[in-house]
Amino acid sequence: MASDNLLSSLLAGDTDPAAISGHSDHPPRMGFFTDTSVCIGCKACEVACKEWNHIPEDGLNFTGMSYDNTVGLGADTWRHVAFIEQRKPIAGQIAGVQHQDAGAPAIDEASGDLRWLMASDVCKHCTHAACLDVCPTGALFRTEFGTVVVQEDVCNGCGYCIPACPYGVIDQRQDDGRAWKCTLCYDRLQVGMEPACAKACPTDSIQFGPLDELRERAAARVASLHEAGVTDARLYGHDPNDGVGGDGAFFLLLDEPEVYGLPPDPVVTTRDLPSMWKHVGAAALTLAVGVAAAFAGGRRS
Amino acid sequence: MSTSDVTKDGIRGAKPGRDAMVGVVAGRHDGARPSHRRRGERSMVPEAKFSSYYGKPVLNAPVWKAPDIAGYFFLGGLSGASSVIGACASATGRPALAKASKVGALASISLGMVGLVHDLGKPSRFVNMLRVFKPTSPMSVGSWALAGYGPAAGAAAFSAVTGRMKGLGAVATGAAAAIGPFVASYTAALMCNTAVPSWHEAYREMPFVFVGSGATAAGGLGILAAPVAEAGPARRTALFGAALELAASQLLTRRLPEPLSEPYQSGKSGARFKLSEALTAAGAAGSVLLGRRSRAAAVVSGLALLAGSALSRFAIFEAGMVSANDPEHTVRPQRERLDRASG
Repeated sequence: MASDNLLSSLLAGDTDPAAISGHSDHPPRMGFFTDTSVCIGCKACEVACKEWNHIPEDGLNFTGMSYDNTVGLGADTWRHVAFIEQRKPIAGQIAGVQHQDAGAPAIDEASGDLRWLMASDVCKHCTHAACLDVCPTGALFRTEFGTVVVQEDVCNGCGYCIPACPYGVIDQRQDDGRAWKCTLCYDRLQVGMEPACAKACPTDSIQFGPLDELRERAAARVASLHEAGVTDARLYGHDPNDGVGGDGAFFLLLDEPEVYGLPPDPVVTTRDLPSMWKHVGAAALTLAVGVAAAFAGGRRS
Repeated sequence: MSTSDVTKDGIRGAKPGRDAMVGVVAGRHDGARPSHRRRGERSMVPEAKFSSYYGKPVLNAPVWKAPDIAGYFFLGGLSGASSVIGACASATGRPALAKASKVGALASISLGMVGLVHDLGKPSRFVNMLRVFKPTSPMSVGSWALAGYGPAAGAAAFSAVTGRMKGLGAVATGAAAAIGPFVASYTAALMCNTAVPSWHEAYREMPFVFVGSGATAAGGLGILAAPVAEAGPARRTALFGAALELAASQLLTRRLPEPLSEPYQSGKSGARFKLSEALTAAGAAGSVLLGRRSRAAAVVSGLALLAGSALSRFAIFEAGMVSANDPEHTVRPQRERLDRASG
């Protein structure tokens, strides 16, 4: 319980979150590797997730944002496919480029080059999960698979997890009041099935498996993409030494994370909590001493 | 996928004989493109400072309602600081100030807790707050603090008003005064322990802004409710609180990096914050200069101090909403941190 223990466990890099949370004999940590380079934007993951998890409809709106009317993750959207239209060529698929001078590839706007970035976003199931840290009821918990899940029969809708999440994943469901997010299909995992989104993905853009294995697969995939000339390819959330201790659900992206609406360098807010408590203690003491001094000084009244 | 645009003026950018060169290494791999891009970055045209997904926020903004939660931050500060004044007034023989402060502490924490329960998505499950104790959650720690503080403030006020159970009243007064400063300050940690950039990055100064604001309000209540002859320490508490709050606020806005300080300085939240500072300064000055001589001046000053404290909490709350909804607040500091790290 000591803040030093808390601090060290929060700052530790490659940890075993299930073991830290008290699961002694637990299965390997499971996660997602979402390879956006093969996403075709079909949204089968969104649909499968909604169907399997009985997620209510949350507005059939037209946004005018490319082909994305879902906008972002929330209480009723646990998978979200982002569409980004860019005036850039896709390396390895550019017609006629090899016939031109190497120094002047056809990438200017007038050429009509276009690429679509499509990426299926999901809860990251962080190693150091801010939502889990700040939940005052214990409704959010760490499963034996190392994932983070809300117990809907415990959540009292205090809403603290919502601004705590550095990715904007969890949110409050209207007319229900409780917080909801991806469970990494905890119910399916318990009976040995893969999550609904991964099952439905027709291109294997969403890959499910033990996190160690996924990290190896992702490293190999980035290397082969770089070899093929796709120098934009990079992993996101794979590093156990990042600000959240690495994500249980990580990504291969073709541009900077913020282009997809992802924070470029998220840090779990509770990393600073020991210092916050110290400042709170100092401020409380200042208040007590200040008021006492107000009574001690000026004897007249 | 088409590489052309069909416009009203016909087809633009169509490439005759387009071949899908899947697997053919082309274009960038010879290094031509990266060098082209680097040249672009060195150009005189300033680049966009940050990218975002259609300008959409990265974070999900708090769902807390301002009257409930900003209101509770104000009431908790008022209550916690009032309990300290109440105890000191009892100890130094100022019964009217003691009674006013203890009753004020009980009333404000009761109203604040009503707001807290009202803001829950499932108010019927408010007792789940005491299901576990988690030092990683300021809300959990605060709930336990309130579970001790509320009854203590209640017993202290009951004894002060009825004059009965003096022994219990004295113990409760001491307990409320001991927990009160924490009740006034932990809310800063609660708020700053989020990913909201303008809150989180202000976590060093915010507890001092909050206790200063709490002392301002409690001093204002004492000035308002106690006779002028007994209100001297309340006036000095208000002066101390106002000075602390204004100094900590100055430090806060100066230390925050550029986009994060803006909600405290401009827009609706910034205007409210400035107005709160003006009310606090005017109330403190009025109470110290005129509050001793004129009851009317004391009442006006006390009201200004209470209003200044409340408005400050609402402005800070609103600043966090602005910050959470602005992707630049999330992306820019993180991008700059990454750029610094990579040199």
